[in-house]
Amino acid sequence: MNPTLSFFYFLSFLTVLSALMVILSKNPIHSVLYLILTFFTLSGHYILLNAQFLAAVNIIVYAGAIMVLFLFVIMFLNVKDVHEEAKNSLTKIAAAIVGGTVFVILFGAYRKTIIAPADPNNFDSQVGMIESLGKLLFREYLLPFELASILLLVAMVGAVMLGKREIGERHF
Amino acid sequence: MELTEFIIKTITILVVFVLTLVIAMYSTWGERKVAGFIQDRMGPNRAGPGGLLQPLADAGKMFFKEDFIPALASKWLFIAGPSLAMLTALLASAVIPFGSTIRYDGVEVVLQGVESNIGILYVFGVVALGVYGIMIGGWASNNKFSLLGAIRAASQNISYEVAMGLSLIAILMMSSSLSLGEIVSQQHGGNWNIFYQPLGFIIFLTCSFAECNRVPFDLPECETELVGGYHTEYGSMKLGFYLFAEYINMFVSSAIISTLYFGGYNYPGMDWVYNQLTASLGSTTGHNIATLIGTGVFFGKALFFIFFYMWVRWTLPRFRYDQLMNLGWKKLIPLAIINIIITGASVLFLKPFITSLLN
Repeated sequence: MNPTLSFFYFLSFLTVLSALMVILSKNPIHSVLYLILTFFTLSGHYILLNAQFLAAVNIIVYAGAIMVLFLFVIMFLNVKDVHEEAKNSLTKIAAAIVGGTVFVILFGAYRKTIIAPADPNNFDSQVGMIESLGKLLFREYLLPFELASILLLVAMVGAVMLGKREIGERHF
Repeated sequence: MELTEFIIKTITILVVFVLTLVIAMYSTWGERKVAGFIQDRMGPNRAGPGGLLQPLADAGKMFFKEDFIPALASKWLFIAGPSLAMLTALLASAVIPFGSTIRYDGVEVVLQGVESNIGILYVFGVVALGVYGIMIGGWASNNKFSLLGAIRAASQNISYEVAMGLSLIAILMMSSSLSLGEIVSQQHGGNWNIFYQPLGFIIFLTCSFAECNRVPFDLPECETELVGGYHTEYGSMKLGFYLFAEYINMFVSSAIISTLYFGGYNYPGMDWVYNQLTASLGSTTGHNIATLIGTGVFFGKALFFIFFYMWVRWTLPRFRYDQLMNLGWKKLIPLAIINIIITGASVLFLKPFITSLLN
């Protein structure tokens, strides 16, 4: 087996294992840590696909910022002693049905998918590099790119408005 | 051919690793000597000449203390905290260019762990991960003060990362490359970025103080409010790892500051020295010696910034927490955005104008 393939299998094993541990671990903090590990293994997959920029941005945005905030909130809430009686059997059955349905849909979609075969002779290995990605984003997809930035700006303004203190509100 | 390159790379990586550890070790000694100088006292002077063996004595003491884990702590995460802190601190030095090339047997090898076209993003990602060691350790201690320290560290790092990233964008706009090696080689011949980006440099420096949790931003371990902060429950070498990781972070961030703003291994009169050496010693030996001089200059710049960190630590008092957040969000981020706009305008309009005047 060539090293890339064996590395791919190793990474996939780690990804699936850590993704399973996210939902199987009892402690929410452990779940978050496993989720971070999952992001790392996904970045490993991106690097195997020669998409270095995506790998780095995945680490910076998800593992570096979003998951820190997740961990932050969970540490503050201290969900450790959550009430066990809230999870009665009705919730469990409903969750199982929803999860099973999603699984069936995904599996069916996966079976029907036809993956475009890659042509090894004409394949440009530099397609995931930052230079080609930047040229593509700022030339052909300039409008969607700018619209996405405006969407993010609006979301940020909304968050600031929600967090702003009203006049007369108490300083706690 | 392949093997020579591989061996030179391995030696480079090992030397960089050992040098990072040694510099971090002697920074603890340097910190106390600088503190002594600033406060008009001697500093460590008992172990060895000038107290030079003090770091070894401290390490010995740390290793032989009881390795204690609190009864209600989460055991694995308690151990994982300091290990992660060390790991992330050591990761960042992989992409820093420590010198130009070494020539051996007709092969030219760059004195850099990995030459990557996303070098600066890699550094940024590793810096973003640095907070996990502190957060996990602080939470696993099962102590309110540790948790508060960890929370403070997390919010501080996230806030200052934004301004840090924005100040880096100005550099990227000028160099139009994300590779650290490329950024350094563009600064050849006195073209240091500090002359074009003084505002960006000040923002970056402030943010790196905050990212390293150094005074005046050391709120996570503020002993007047939080006992010992996130490492209250730690002792023995696990505490040692936390303190050591802070010094490694200092060295790495100093190295990155000198790479980005102070020309890395470039120094004035570099070409003259290079020509003299190659003329007198031949193209291989002369080239290698010139490269090593550049590496020495690079380490000199990095050591100066480590000294600067210490100088600030023993000069300035600590910020209050709301002042820290106001500085990060309301001052540094708008300043960084203004800096980006000014840089963009200069690259678009001022640079063609000046070039047309000169020609």
